Amino acid sequence: MATPTLSKTDAMEAAAAASPFITVTFRIRRFNPEISDEAQWQDFQIEIDPKERVLDGLHKIKWDLDGTLTFRRSCAHGICGSDAMRINGKNRLACKTLIKDINPEKPITIEAIKGLTVMKDLVVDMEPFFQAYRDVMPFLVTTGNEPTRERLQSAEDRERFDDTTKCILCAACTSSCPVFWNDGQYFGPAAIVNAHRFIFDSRDEAGEQRLEILNDKDGVWRCRTTFNCTDACPRGIEVTKAIQEVKRALITRRF
Amino acid sequence: MSSDTSSAQAIGAVEGVSLYDVENPAPYIEAPRKRTGKTPRSTRGNFEMAAWLFMRLSGIVLVVLVIGHLLIQLVLDGGVTKIGFAFVAGRWASPFWQVWDLLMLWLAMLHGSNGLRTVINDYAERPGTRLWLKGLLYTATVFTILLGTLVIFTFDPNIR
Repeated sequence: MATPTLSKTDAMEAAAAASPFITVTFRIRRFNPEISDEAQWQDFQIEIDPKERVLDGLHKIKWDLDGTLTFRRSCAHGICGSDAMRINGKNRLACKTLIKDINPEKPITIEAIKGLTVMKDLVVDMEPFFQAYRDVMPFLVTTGNEPTRERLQSAEDRERFDDTTKCILCAACTSSCPVFWNDGQYFGPAAIVNAHRFIFDSRDEAGEQRLEILNDKDGVWRCRTTFNCTDACPRGIEVTKAIQEVKRALITRRF
Repeated sequence: MSSDTSSAQAIGAVEGVSLYDVENPAPYIEAPRKRTGKTPRSTRGNFEMAAWLFMRLSGIVLVVLVIGHLLIQLVLDGGVTKIGFAFVAGRWASPFWQVWDLLMLWLAMLHGSNGLRTVINDYAERPGTRLWLKGLLYTATVFTILLGTLVIFTFDPNIR
């Protein structure tokens, strides 16, 4: 039979055609204060399976091409919230974005999240973000004696704030907010989401205090309902809805 | 494997000298109006909520007032050509149209100025810029409202 030689070339061609790797251009916004005071774009070309994530591409660049590339990542599975970045102009987690989903034929642009001080490449100073988080008192406040067992809550009461418990503090929402870009004094969506989580918790007793904090000049009233935060949230939290609920609570409690 | 797209890098390579190194790093690219432990100071007032509510309520009223105004002035009964001193004098003879125009003046001016105030708050980064822009805005608003109110109340149809 003549098939063995034929099938061998066929197999080679098939293997070449079935190779999962494609060439992707990563266009990364680099900033290194030890070299220049300006940020600039740098292109990297890598061979990568489009079913891999953007974070895998960044790893490939850092480990094989340019070790000076700096970015944050910790768990790499969408839970720790350290690798939020602006990918093709939208805030996403690099570890939850597949390359095939963001049009790998064109260069993939990657930059640090906006509205926070860039320290190096994709690393930003998160301190103002966490300051806003601390300012809304993101912890349970109660009065009286502690119960001997757990603080019970009905399933309905738990459901009330279920959506906002999902926040991983990645700052994708806050750094997608146009008000926050220009005025970092605004609390930002993430802080309001985390205030919402306690304001609507039936076990918590400092809701009024948190509402008072968010009623201030740089609180919820600065929200322009542009829905950037809801679009950006990698956890699918309805951020703008949560902000609206805080506004409604403020109005109904005042009048 | 990598290639630089930026022209700044190309210039840097030709010059061969960088101003910055490990001992002498460049300043960070700071975000505007960063939040710190001390800012923003708490003011404990309901002004922002009142302003937000006012925008919604005045907006609803203005839809009726402005569309009614435009219909009467520009569409019904001969359109723009009918507008003249006599037409205005005739309208302001009735207290109903005086109140209508007064309400429209106040609501539209306050609605517009509050909108501009939020735009200034959103976009002006330096405190000095904010102060001057808001000062200009408030002056213009107060002037226009006072002048308009004065005209509506002291309008004399027999002026020569």
